[in-house]
Amino acid sequence: MEIWSHEILSVIGPSNSGKTTFLRTLNRLSDLHTAFRMSGAVEMDKRDIREMDVEILRRKIGMVFALPLPLPLSIFENVAYGIRMQGVRNKHELEQRIEEALRQGYLWDEVKDRLDESAFKLSGGQQQRLCIARTLAVQPEVILFDEPCSGLDPVSTAKVEDAMVELKKKYTIVLVTNNVKQAARVGDKTAFFLSGELVELDKTDRIFTAPQDRRTDDYISGKFG
Amino acid sequence: MSHPHRTQNIAFFFLLLATLLIVVPVGLIVVIIVQKGLPAINGQFLLDIPRQGMRAGGIFPAIVGTVYLVTGAIIFALPIGLLAAIYLSEYSRENMLTRLIKLAIVNLAGVPSVVYGLFGLALFVVFFKFGASILSGSLTLGIMILPIIITASREALESVPSSFREVSLSLGASKWQTIRHIVLPNAIPGILTGTILGLGRAAGETAPILFTVAAFYLPRLPHSIFDQAMALPYHLYVISTQVPNVDEKTRYGTAFVLLALVLVMNIIAVVIRTKFRKKKKW
Repeated sequence: MEIWSHEILSVIGPSNSGKTTFLRTLNRLSDLHTAFRMSGAVEMDKRDIREMDVEILRRKIGMVFALPLPLPLSIFENVAYGIRMQGVRNKHELEQRIEEALRQGYLWDEVKDRLDESAFKLSGGQQQRLCIARTLAVQPEVILFDEPCSGLDPVSTAKVEDAMVELKKKYTIVLVTNNVKQAARVGDKTAFFLSGELVELDKTDRIFTAPQDRRTDDYISGKFG
Repeated sequence: MSHPHRTQNIAFFFLLLATLLIVVPVGLIVVIIVQKGLPAINGQFLLDIPRQGMRAGGIFPAIVGTVYLVTGAIIFALPIGLLAAIYLSEYSRENMLTRLIKLAIVNLAGVPSVVYGLFGLALFVVFFKFGASILSGSLTLGIMILPIIITASREALESVPSSFREVSLSLGASKWQTIRHIVLPNAIPGILTGTILGLGRAAGETAPILFTVAAFYLPRLPHSIFDQAMALPYHLYVISTQVPNVDEKTRYGTAFVLLALVLVMNIIAVVIRTKFRKKKKW
């Protein structure tokens, strides 16, 4: 399959269908599991990701996890973490990049006066937007979203979705979601996974109006899953 | 007819009894030592050298010796133990070698302390020619507490949620950066707990220092780490069994000081640990 820059690819499918594994293969987070085996190849800009330096790869391909997972640090340090790990020490540059990232994550106005507080004091939706800002701060090219709204209420979900559509202008997005409607709302292309197999991949409106495969039709119309 | 409530009450009674039975000896030890030892404590007892064949004077050299030995053992065992724990929990893969290492650590924990003493005598005192010295004694004690520190540190490292590691890695941090900035800071309370346990053990053991450092009677402070030293547990043994006509007060006073010393070290470590725990934010 091909993922074009500045588009949103939604990946849908029931639990255990391999969506998250697919996502984690892209930034090589799957490598952490000793039992993980991979065949085939993933290329980014025509280069095999296994030949790239894994830290560089993960800077280019950011990830937002299913649950808001702030690091046990302050709000400021959460966003600063990725930048610091690249060796940036200049305080002025750090502050600038952090403000920019938090603005892009639609969080700046809510947290600008309490950047030194623990990230755990934020609400769930704010934490998730903090995680998005943290990912943006590293200035990736691709952002992987792993069911980013599964723990959020509809209002927070809408905010995250708005952010994603806005982010599409600058980044390429792969969105794994359990929420079929969410895929329909934000995805340019949609891929349907079932039991570890890619069943169908097409433009989102085609998947939802004229799916080629019966199983896709059954899934999106809610007959199973 | 069975009586579930009666059965339950009987069970509760025995559970409570067993719990109380643990408390009683600890309480009695503390009460007896304090009661009999406290009257001996005064400035002279703490700060003077032993006089009249250890029947009078103080126990200052033994206090200093024990502090030196415990400090030396921690300086030796904590870095090595921590590095080994990091390797085992973060880097090693399950294979013959790591299984062998883990087996060795378990066995190291089960070795009787007198065997450590003999081992220290053969390796540090004789082979490395350190002689009976603070260095030999510290190294021997250090080896004895290594498994405690490794095991506690490993558990502490492994209890840091793996999601933190994934987040850190996903932001482009290297594995070492992740360990250094995320895993270690959150594991410090657990590592300190292991260190406290090791510390108490190192301060109290007699057998490992018997052949490697402890002086029977050395009424002065050690000059260097290659010097012999008196130590509280061994001193207690000596004045209790080897020297006739030592005041009961002096013996219990020594035990009291040993107990207090371990307590003070523990309190220091607990304070540090609490400080780190406050920073823990999940």
